[in-house]
Amino acid sequence: MSYVFVSGYVLFALAFGVLPTLYALWMSLTGSQGGFAGLDNFVRAWQDFRFLPAVGHVAAFVGVWLVSLLVLVTLLALIVHAIGRRWLSSSVRFVYYIPGALAGASSVVLWLFVLDPTVSPVSAVLRAFGFETFVQTVSPGNLPVVFAIIAFWTGAGGWIVVMYGALNSIPVEVLEAARIDGAGAVRTALHIQLPMLRKWISYMAIMSLAAGTQLFVEPRVLSQASHAVVPVDYSLNQLAYLFAFKQSDLNGSAAIAVMLLVVSLGLSAFFVVRGGLFERD
Amino acid sequence: MSATRRRRRRELTPGAWLGRATIVLVAVFFVVFFVIPIVWLLIASGKSPHDLITTGPFQPGTLADLAANWSSLVTFQDGIVFRWLGNSAYYSVAALAITLVTTIPAGYALALGDFRGRKTLLTTTLVVMLIPNTALVLPIFLELSAVHLIGKPLAAILPFSFFPFGVYLTYIYFSTSVPRDLLDAARIDGCGEFAVFRRVAMPLATPVVALVGFFSFVANWNNYFLPFLTVPGKGSPIQVGLTELLSNVPAFNPTAAGVTSIELPTLAVATLLAVTPVLLIFLFSQRFLVAGLTAGGTKE
Repeated sequence: MSYVFVSGYVLFALAFGVLPTLYALWMSLTGSQGGFAGLDNFVRAWQDFRFLPAVGHVAAFVGVWLVSLLVLVTLLALIVHAIGRRWLSSSVRFVYYIPGALAGASSVVLWLFVLDPTVSPVSAVLRAFGFETFVQTVSPGNLPVVFAIIAFWTGAGGWIVVMYGALNSIPVEVLEAARIDGAGAVRTALHIQLPMLRKWISYMAIMSLAAGTQLFVEPRVLSQASHAVVPVDYSLNQLAYLFAFKQSDLNGSAAIAVMLLVVSLGLSAFFVVRGGLFERD
Repeated sequence: MSATRRRRRRELTPGAWLGRATIVLVAVFFVVFFVIPIVWLLIASGKSPHDLITTGPFQPGTLADLAANWSSLVTFQDGIVFRWLGNSAYYSVAALAITLVTTIPAGYALALGDFRGRKTLLTTTLVVMLIPNTALVLPIFLELSAVHLIGKPLAAILPFSFFPFGVYLTYIYFSTSVPRDLLDAARIDGCGEFAVFRRVAMPLATPVVALVGFFSFVANWNNYFLPFLTVPGKGSPIQVGLTELLSNVPAFNPTAAGVTSIELPTLAVATLLAVTPVLLIFLFSQRFLVAGLTAGGTKE
């Protein structure tokens, strides 16, 4: 009987989870005329002159983003948790969370304005850094930071809420005991709250690492807006897109997609099996 | 309680006071950081292109300019913006309906049923749920183009309907708040399996149906990469439409200067329009959200 209940979901899981994965894998291993191609597609993608730079770009972005996300989210969650008045704490949390509504292309379009010194609400800040035009703001050297700020703006609030929930699960008695022993807020955070948050922090790190490798909409929109000052082949997903749509090389595109999928799948499976954060009864 | 607190506050040493001030400063800084772009967007929508550049960023615009921006947006390509919004609504709601019909029973069976393959299905759901949804976009595109669905509404609706996070939320909900005994009691009273689900489980499931519905709608509405590939052109949802508008903004794209060009404030109005539905839902369902985000992990 249970089979009837799960059947619809299983059908979708097969059609839009398992099947596309297998199909992409199959395409990545065959030539454009059909026939087994071995690792040719992977080698061709790998040796493409744009591939390694794209890996470098994504790595730089993920590095900046991960560090700032981990440090700031943890800090802000601790601060929000330390606010004594309930209404204030929940309002601050909510304000941090609002930009989460603007995921997708709309948040990037909004940030185009913020990054353009001629119209930006923070043009003074941009000018202080020496940026007088939009093109200067998004010059290639700044991009990892720019993308990290956009991603932080939309995504951090959700994580702050999650961390706040995790902080709430620490028993009050433990914190009380620390206070009686004379520990201040900083020592309590370092010696009690942070160790108890460890699982959640690593969860955030792994999920963000997986999501970061997928960078697409930010460089795509910025590239469109900056006349390709931000390159059209900045990230790996953009490159896969170019392979499929500009070079009609579906097999090479599948090879890149498979490589990215393996990274995500590996991180996710590792965490589900080893993380122990999710109920699997 | 409040008396001791007051006394402690009076005894603050300069160092502790400085620490507190720093914390307040950091909290306030980030409130400003998260809010300013949104406030600015509201203001910019009501300015003329000229005022946007020449007046201060927080100097309010006028209703007349807002109306002018609005009319230049709705006349762009004969009101294509409504078509984009309509597409977004159609894809999001249709996928939401399919998601609910498939995920609620599945989560129910995973939580309270007992069948072979249950553990495998649960683990697979978790693993897929934690994969960023963009990772499957190209493979799904390749699959859909092999079956010639690209460009049809189904090419967005069907992939949107696969929502493992919803199954996980339902699973958590049923396994923590509906006791098996309750179902057994109904069975003893002669209820068949469908009747148990319909008469006992469903009436209890309202909160999780709302939760799954919310997250599914937001994810569908905000999705860019998938519809960008699978429903290009006239089938675009508003997220893809926004970038189409962007390529007609001379300020960003000098070659686009022509009869159909879009000014910056018009783009701001369009952005506002694109985020309003989700923003409204956010404002009205704050409690849901927090519950859903923290439901992710219950095991400590």
